[in-house]
Amino acid sequence: MGAASSTRAAERAAREAYGRLIARLTARTGDLAAAEDALADAFVSALERWPRDGVPARPEAWLLRVAQRRGIDATRRKAVRDRATSTLTQVAEELEEAARPDPRLQLMLVCAHPSIAANVRAPLMLQTVLGLDAKAIGQAFLVSPAAMGQRLSRAKTKIKDAGIPFALEDARAHPERLAVACEAIYAAFATGSAPDAPSVRRGLVDEALWLGRVMHEVSGRAPETAGLLALMLHVEARRPAQRRADGGFVPLDEQDPTRWDHEKLREAEALLWAAGQARTPGRFQLEAAIASAHAHRGLTGHTDWTAVVALYERLLTFADTLGGRVGYLAALAERDDPERAYALLLELPPDRVTSHQPYWALRMHLERATGRPHRDSAERAAALCEDPAVRAYLRARATDA
Amino acid sequence: MKYAIMVYETQSDFDARTDPQAQGDYWASYKAYSEYLGERVTGGAALKGVETATTIRLRDGERLVEDGPFADTKERLGGLFLVEANDLDEALELAAKCPSASSGSVEVRPLLEM
Repeated sequence: MGAASSTRAAERAAREAYGRLIARLTARTGDLAAAEDALADAFVSALERWPRDGVPARPEAWLLRVAQRRGIDATRRKAVRDRATSTLTQVAEELEEAARPDPRLQLMLVCAHPSIAANVRAPLMLQTVLGLDAKAIGQAFLVSPAAMGQRLSRAKTKIKDAGIPFALEDARAHPERLAVACEAIYAAFATGSAPDAPSVRRGLVDEALWLGRVMHEVSGRAPETAGLLALMLHVEARRPAQRRADGGFVPLDEQDPTRWDHEKLREAEALLWAAGQARTPGRFQLEAAIASAHAHRGLTGHTDWTAVVALYERLLTFADTLGGRVGYLAALAERDDPERAYALLLELPPDRVTSHQPYWALRMHLERATGRPHRDSAERAAALCEDPAVRAYLRARATDA
Repeated sequence: MKYAIMVYETQSDFDARTDPQAQGDYWASYKAYSEYLGERVTGGAALKGVETATTIRLRDGERLVEDGPFADTKERLGGLFLVEANDLDEALELAAKCPSASSGSVEVRPLLEM
């Protein structure tokens, strides 16, 4: 193992142990901010020392021991420290007991509670579960560190004051909470994986994948968390094929399958297959299955549009979104004929499609395929698009026949 | 923990209180809800309509008295229940059964411990 990867592994170990301890402490007190406060110094020491000295045999016990020692030394804010220290002691005793289930699932479900504002759920998970600081999170979401810090601390105050319960007896009995947590993670992933995302945001892809992996493990490999992971892996697998050598955009159907990341595809397929055994489909499993159907072109040389249409029909029964409808009609145009898909596309509610980029991109595509004027649609699709390469691709089609 | 379950009603909810066709169902639904809450209720009140409201402000020692509620909105506070619940999830469970959850809305807020 190289120096860089062992540093990375030590940092991961520190973040994993930190997240588990935050979860245990907060389960007792309901006070996330106080738990972070109690562990802050110990966590900083771990991030400095573990890459140099190696990861201790019992990472959580190490963090707790340092936190307890610092807690005793500190005189600042004594009453708060005393309470925190006694909780630390209780948790230290708990660690001595037989292995318990990973407490981070509860922590993630608290962060994704429906009463927490949607735009702070993923940031809150990144901070509490992985120990990222407000500055890094703010950068990734293009929000100033101060504003992000404020959002995070407001959310933590709400968790404490509104009495959002931490110790769900059986978190697995709350599939709707798990779904919200999956959505928050996917939102963070999508923010980082947008083709035009600035490089500071790219880190979100790794962190979202990491959160996805943690959630998959701690939820007892719930099928939807497998679907989420598989979907993220599919999206990442396509990345190398999305650009020509000159930087030009290549749409999915025209991508060279040999340029896909086949290791990621294999992992995605294995996850999706295992999830399918439970026979409890959901939004993420279906989206991953659609991605998988597209990936099969790499094996068979053609896309099975009948399968893609059927999967979209299922998806719409779980999540009837505008994006889902547009994807369905795109597949329908390939399976049947573009005339019918075009007629159905025009029936979508006009007020909702005004600024939906995929709608205008598909409209341009179908107008072009049926020999209609398509310049206006191409222009609108291009104007709504933030990626310069995709914009150039669309503009080129505005003028061709 | 103690929570306030605040009942926000639409104009037609308020109208139903006195409408001969609708008032039977309206009051029966709140009676049933009170019975459902049972001993978890520690207090509460029903309010008359916003047409009976008067708002007062003191500015520079001067009383500014106005007709009407503090904010003109589609859903208005019609009453509140004070309840005892273990946590927010339980309080939300209780609030979801409130008749105005289906017509107007229900706001749940923890009480400040004094």
